[in-house]
Order: sequence, then structure tokens, then C-alpha cells
Amino acid sequence: MRYLLTRVGLFVLTLWAAVTLNFVLPRLMPGSPLDAALARLAASGQQVTNAQVRAIEAQLGSPHGSLLSQYGQYLSDIVHLRFGTSFTDPTQSVASAIGRALPWTLVLVGVTTIIAFVLGTLLGAFAGWRRGRRSDAVITTTATFFGAFPPFWFGLLLLFGLAFRLQWFPISGGFSEGATPNLSWSFLGDAATHSVLPGLTLAITTLSGWVFGMRNTMINTLGEDYVVFAEANGLRERTVALGYAARNALLPNVTAFGLSLGAVVGGSVLVEGVFGYPGVGQLLFKAVTNHDFPLMQALFLVITVSMLVTIFIVDLLYTRLDPRVRAEGGDAS
Amino acid sequence: MSVLSAGSLAEPGATPGAGEHGPVVVREHPGVPGPLVFLGRAGATIWSNGKARVGVVILGFFVLMALLAPLVAPHDPAATDFTPYLGPSATNWFGTTGNGQDVFSQFLYGARVSLLVGLAAGFGATFVAVVLGLVSGYRPGVVDAVIGFVTNLALVLPGIPLMIILAAYIPSHSVWTIVLVVALTAWATGARVIRSQAATLRTRDFVRSAQFSGERLGRIVFREILPNMTSLVAASFFAASTAAVMAEASLEFLGLGNPATISWGTILYQAQQQNSLLTGQWLMIFAPGLAIALLAMSFTLINFGVDALSNPRLREKA
Amino acid sequence: MSAPVESPRQAPPLLTARGVDVVYEPARGVRIWSVRGVDLDLAQGEFVGLVGESGCGKSTLGFALTRLLRPPARLDGGSIEFDGTDIATLTGEALRRQRRGGFALVLQSGMNALNPVRTVEHHVRDVLRAHARPGERWDRPAARERARELLAMVELDADVLGRYPHELSGGMRQRVSIALALALEPRLIVFDEPTTALDVLVQKAVMGTIARLQAERGFTALLISHDLGTVLEATQRTLVMYAGRIVEDSPSDALRTGSHHPYTEALLACYADPRADEVTLGGIPGSPPDLSLDDPGCPFAPRCAYVQDVCRVVDPELTPLGRGRAACHVRAAEAGLPVPEVERVR
Repeated sequence: MRYLLTRVGLFVLTLWAAVTLNFVLPRLMPGSPLDAALARLAASGQQVTNAQVRAIEAQLGSPHGSLLSQYGQYLSDIVHLRFGTSFTDPTQSVASAIGRALPWTLVLVGVTTIIAFVLGTLLGAFAGWRRGRRSDAVITTTATFFGAFPPFWFGLLLLFGLAFRLQWFPISGGFSEGATPNLSWSFLGDAATHSVLPGLTLAITTLSGWVFGMRNTMINTLGEDYVVFAEANGLRERTVALGYAARNALLPNVTAFGLSLGAVVGGSVLVEGVFGYPGVGQLLFKAVTNHDFPLMQALFLVITVSMLVTIFIVDLLYTRLDPRVRAEGGDAS
Repeated sequence: MSVLSAGSLAEPGATPGAGEHGPVVVREHPGVPGPLVFLGRAGATIWSNGKARVGVVILGFFVLMALLAPLVAPHDPAATDFTPYLGPSATNWFGTTGNGQDVFSQFLYGARVSLLVGLAAGFGATFVAVVLGLVSGYRPGVVDAVIGFVTNLALVLPGIPLMIILAAYIPSHSVWTIVLVVALTAWATGARVIRSQAATLRTRDFVRSAQFSGERLGRIVFREILPNMTSLVAASFFAASTAAVMAEASLEFLGLGNPATISWGTILYQAQQQNSLLTGQWLMIFAPGLAIALLAMSFTLINFGVDALSNPRLREKA
Repeated sequence: MSAPVESPRQAPPLLTARGVDVVYEPARGVRIWSVRGVDLDLAQGEFVGLVGESGCGKSTLGFALTRLLRPPARLDGGSIEFDGTDIATLTGEALRRQRRGGFALVLQSGMNALNPVRTVEHHVRDVLRAHARPGERWDRPAARERARELLAMVELDADVLGRYPHELSGGMRQRVSIALALALEPRLIVFDEPTTALDVLVQKAVMGTIARLQAERGFTALLISHDLGTVLEATQRTLVMYAGRIVEDSPSDALRTGSHHPYTEALLACYADPRADEVTLGGIPGSPPDLSLDDPGCPFAPRCAYVQDVCRVVDPELTPLGRGRAACHVRAAEAGLPVPEVERVR
């Protein structure tokens, strides 16, 4: 039980810190946040409308109130999902814009991350087991190469080769023009076709991280006494490799899963922008281009919270994998 | 660890050279292997790793490219002398930008910014990581707990979105803004590793004896503890540099850099703005992206050698 | 109870090793010959001790005999015949099959020898299933039954079955390790410092169990230890190792008295017999030789109080001494055996 409580406590504390950081950041900048936002808008050559000024004020809280009251207002807004109105599309509330984009990203990033993690871990375990041999060299070299690709650039290459030249996949968007998002099979198929390239881009560029993480822990685990002893007892090679070495080498990598998630999410922001994929990444991409501060801040918050929730879930799953942590809970209850 | 690690083969000192196989080069007597000898040996270990050697060669190539850009570049990278949107030709190998600048010359000069940002931000992030990691690892208790929490927070915050927000808010848009932003976001992994190593070393005999003999804190930390984690610091540096090169390209690609800066990221930004993939100017995308990938890869490759410094199990067979 | 060593053995030995060399080849740095030209016979049902200081190659030899060396260590030469089969050249599946009814190893620290994510029962099941013969089916109930028997042999309750390694004490873990080795029904068990990581009372108890099992089940045991006292108490025959070579082979009960290899005598001087009225503790001056060099002569010569010219030039062979054998020119000469003539140095 103690493990669980610690996790929940840390989760809440981290959540609070992230939310507060989001509040503090714009106020740390020189000058009033309102002025700073307006200056950025003016510098970008946009006409600053009264609606935009009001939108920024709504987002930042009244600049005249005390910092504490601003903070209180900010927290209450978040709890009620009141993120203000977008600059670019004043008819849209920020909350509804994000609400429409979020499922796309959750599915895209979720599916590709799971695929990349499973595949990368298997490849890494294999490379570690056969280390120093040819298959290890091939896997390591390939992973080093692809892992160095900036995801957005690799996306552009795939776009050029597979979509523009070969026309195997649609060039842009999350679904065909004219289609209305619904849960029919034909629409889901259409959306899946549109997701292949961004998914492939994300999976391939993040795969190497999992490969190296697993290979390193695998090599360390292979030196452990229990692997030597398993061999001394004449267990089958497969049992030693999977049940003894890889099974234990996996543990630190599951812990690292949450920490590596940031890179995947960061990569997806730019990749979605490149492919015009209708997720939160592209929304952030657009928000940055248009200096849409309310949208930007709300998106950062949503991305952070989704990540924290994912890490929390992974932490809970970890208890199923490591009997040492599980037992700690069992003893206390 | 099994009995078959070479380290347990002989008592320390029993066999000359046995110490070389140990996991950390422990400097029991400050000053005996001087810093230069130490660095030389570290360099030799890195060079003995085939992958790291390739990395050093690639990095060397880009350093030369950055230094020699004014001599090698066929045109002034900023001059708008040419017809805009040209494809590759004999005069403009990589074509021209929408402003009529020579992309190849820009490409050569771009190495300067990428290297500068990569190394400067890598240095900044490593500096933060070393300071926080050492303090946190050497001072258990409240200080450690607070720094630990901040480090974990920085680890779980999504890096690129955070950088985007920071860069969007910071009014000035110079290369140094990006260096600052990257340094502020890329230190956490290194800090965590250094913290745990410092915490381990704190309880080692040679540190204990220095404490009892009344050495000053600064001396203990910098003479006894820091030299024993050179490989960790180096690994943090190259990891942060990789992140910095990637982040710089990403931020500039998003248009969050200064468009007047000549760098691989801004070339990509311009290419994206002018839809150059669809107009046949694919080299404008391909070349700078590949350069970023190769530079990032060189750092990763060098880190293979650095890893082998600290973990003999990862060493390659000669 | 100990069979006289000098009398010819009736049955052929269970294990015969000839000229075993083990070399460490690290990626960087020097090669080290950790075991050099070791000849060794182990008879069926014999309890043999192998002693020496850290780094003398005794653990490496144990790993070589059970074919568990891994890079950078490598078997560089020699033959190891186990029950008539040369196991030195076997690899992969053929080697793995030899382990049932063959040779087992119990590691230095049973602490880390068990898989942290597997229960004790699961460990036993893994071993049983890995060696199932045609017609043998180790389903869960059958495996559990066998696991109970094995645990009973090492004096553990059946409720240990469902536990994970971290829920067991050090002594219990080492007993589980022994039970797992017994699951192979081995004819030889190499115990590599089996009690070093345990505290004193537990050490005694575990050693007692090992001795009882060896006597009851009649397997051959090789006990590797740096603790001369433990070895002398438990074993019938003691091998002394120095700088990768076996320098003495003597019945354990004959070791405390009489003339021995100077290194053995030095070791005995370091070991304080707790029953002695007066205890004098001595160290051995100097340090072991550099194993990366191939210096001629006796490896102990630089530290030996009785060193002669011949010792610095000719590597001594094991020759009869008292009821055992020793590799020493000085002792050979005292016993009236021929010693190689050398030109006077200088």
C-alpha cells in the first residue's frame, strides 16, 4: 500500500507543480504578461483586435488583481476547464478546440508508442543477448542511424517519397476532405490510412531509444549471478534469455518509459504539424505560428497532464512486474 | 557481479594493470595520475571503441566545416543575388531560397550555429546537472529532497512543448535564447545520474578519510568526487548536446528562432514555408536534415565510447 | 574415513582434468593466465577442498571445470573428462544435456543467484522442465511435489515454495541454491565459497547441511574457499592453489602436521586453530606474481623463505611428499627425490 500512496502523492504534487509552472512562466517574463503577449503579436505584424486583448486578459487573469487572486482564479478556471477563447478563431473556445484534437493524438501517440516500445525492447533484448555478434552490430548501427533523425525531417522525407512521389498515402490531414468524423468503419479506415505516415515517422525515430535502453540493461543483467546460475543448472537458452535476463532487464526500462514519453510527445508536436494531422501537436504548431497564447498555454497544460497520467498508470503497472514492489504493498495491507 | 569479472581476479595492486578493468578509476591519491594523464587515458578508451571513433571523425568534419565555411562557401550566404526558388544547378548546388540566397553557402555556414548551440547548450545543461547533482548527492536530507523533486518534475515535463512555450514568451530571438531554453530544459537526466553516483561515492572510504582529515567541502567535491565521475559528466554533456542540436532545429523549424540567423534549422523552416518538397527543391530539405542527423549521431556514437569508460561490460573486444 | 591418497584407486576417477589453462582477454589491457596447466582427478564420492588467496584462480578453475567461463575468460587448453566424456569441447545443447546427472555449481553468494522475479517453486520447475526426459512430465503438481522433496533435503519448510528470493534470508537463499543444484541429480557439485556471504552461525549450519548431503547422497564435492579452517574440517583431501597452479595435494587430516609446500605452511601459519592454546598469527610477506607474465621457475620463489637457485629457473612439478604431493624443489630434495641440476646463477 505504501508504494501506491507514495505514487499517488507524487502524482498530485507533480500535477500541482506543473499547473503552477504554467501560471508562473508568463509572469516571469519581463514586463506584464499582457504587454509581452501584445508585443509578440505586434512584432509578428498582426492587427491586434480588442477581442484578442480581452482573450489574453481572460487567459492571464486580470492584471490588476493581486497575484494570489489571479492564481485562485487560474486554478478555478482549470478545474472548470475554462481556458478562454482562441485568438485565431474567436468563435471557438480553447477547451472545445482541444477536445476535438485530443482523441487524434491519444490514438496516434498511444498506438505508435506501444508498438515502438514492444518492438524496440525485443530488438534490444536480442542485440544484448547476442552482443558482439553480427546481429547485434546490425541492430545497433541501424538504431543509431534512425535514432539521430529529427522526427519532423524524417516525416518530410516519408511525405516526399511515399505520399508525394509514390502516392501510396495521402499527403496531409487526418481524414479525407469532405468526410465528417464518425465511428463508421469506412471513416476509421480512412483515418487509419492517414495515420500510417505520421505513425511510422514517430515509431521509427523513437524506436532506437528503447533498443539502446534494453540492450544496455540486458548486458548488465547477463553478468548477474542468477543468469550464470541458470546456465549452470542447464536451463534452456530461451528460458535464460527471456525468463531470467530479459525479464529482469525490462524493469528499469519500464521505469524509464514515463521519462522517455516526453521525447515522443515532443516529436509528435512537429510531426503532426508536418502532416497536418488534426491532433494537439498541430494545434500547438498553429498556436505558435499565430501567437495564440491562450491556446498555447492550455495545450501545454493538457499535454503535461496527459503525460503525468500516463506515467502514473505505468507506475501502477510496474507493481505487477516487480514482486519486490508488490510485496511491499502486500506486507502493509 | 559474477566472480569472472576481471576486477575481482586480483587484489588491487596485486597485478599491474588490474585497476584498468575496474568500473571507476578511483583516485585514491590526488595528483598522482594528473588530470592530463587521466584525460589522455579517457581519450584513448573512447578512441579504442570503433563506434566512438566514427563519431569523432564525423564531429571533426563538421568542426572543420564550421571553421572553414568562409573559405569554402562559393557565395555570401546572406546576399540575395540570385533568382529565388531555383532548383540545384552548377552555380547553386543546393538551389536558392525564396529570397534568392545560395542554399549551399547557407548550409556550410549553418554548421556554425548548430555546433555552437549544441556545444554551448550541452555545456550549460551539464553545468546545471553537475552542480545540482553534486549538491543533491552530497547533501542528503531536505536539500536533496527538494532538488530531487525539481529534477523529477523537469524529467516528466514534456521538453519540446516546454521549450516552445518558453521560446514563444521570451521576447528576444537570438541564438542565445535557444541555448538558454535548451540548457534550462535538458539538464534533468544528467543531474539524476550524477546525484546517485555522488551519493555512492560519499560513503566510499577515500571520501570518508578526506572528510575525517578535515578537508574543505569544495576540495572534497572537486578533487575527490568529481574526478570519479568524468565519464558520467561526459555522457551527460553529449546527451545534452544531442538534445540541443535537435531542439535548435525543431524550434527554428517552427519559426521560433530568428529567421535572419543562418542555420540548418532556418533553411528547413524556409523550405517548409515555400513548400519546397512540392517544387522539386528537395535538396533544401534533405541536406540540412541529414547534417543535423549526422551531427546528432556523432554525439551518440562518441557516447558509446564514454559508456564503455564507466561500464567495462559495454566494452568492445579488441 | 578418508581413503589413503597414495593407494591406487579402484574405480576410474569421475573427473579427470589435464593441462587446464584459462586466459582472461580483456578488450583493453593485458592478458592474464589465471589458471595454468592444472591436472586434477576427482574420485567418485570424494569431498575435496580447494584453497588459496583471492585471485589465485580457484574460482576460475571451478567455473572452467563446470564449463561456465564467459568472456573475457576462456578455456585456452587442456582436457576435462567427466565420466569418460570430454566436456571441454562440448557447446550449446550437447553441453546443456550433460548437466543433468552431471556437474552442478553453487555460487559464492546465493544472495544474487536467484531470479528476483521468480518464486522458489518456479525456479525448481524451470530446472525440472529443462531436463525432462522422454516420458517425464513436470506439470505443476508433479513439480511442486519434487520441489517439496528437494527443500526437505536442504532442511527448508514447504512454505518457502511460494516465496520470492527477496523474502528469504541469506542462509535460506543459499539452501534454495543447493536444492536447485540437487534437482539436477548431479554426480559432482562445485561449491564456490558457498558460505562466504553468510554470518558465522548460518555458515556453520549451511556447511553442516552440505557435509550431510555429501555423505548421504554420495556425490563428489569440490569446496572452493579461502577459509582453510572450513576446508580442513569438511573435506577429505585439500588442494592448495597459488598463482594459477595447484602447488599441493594432500589428505586434509595430514595437512596440520608434517612437512608441506612452503606456501601451504605459510597459509597454515595464518590460520589460527581455535582449539590451540597459543595462537601466533603471521602474514605472508610480498605479493603474488604478475599473472600476465610467463616467468620461469616456481611462482612462489620471490616470497619463499627457503628459495634455492633452481626455484628461480625450473617450474616444479607435483611430486610425492608425505601422504600427499607438493610442487616444490626444496621439499623434493628433502624427501630424497632428484632435483634438476642448474648452473649457478652469477
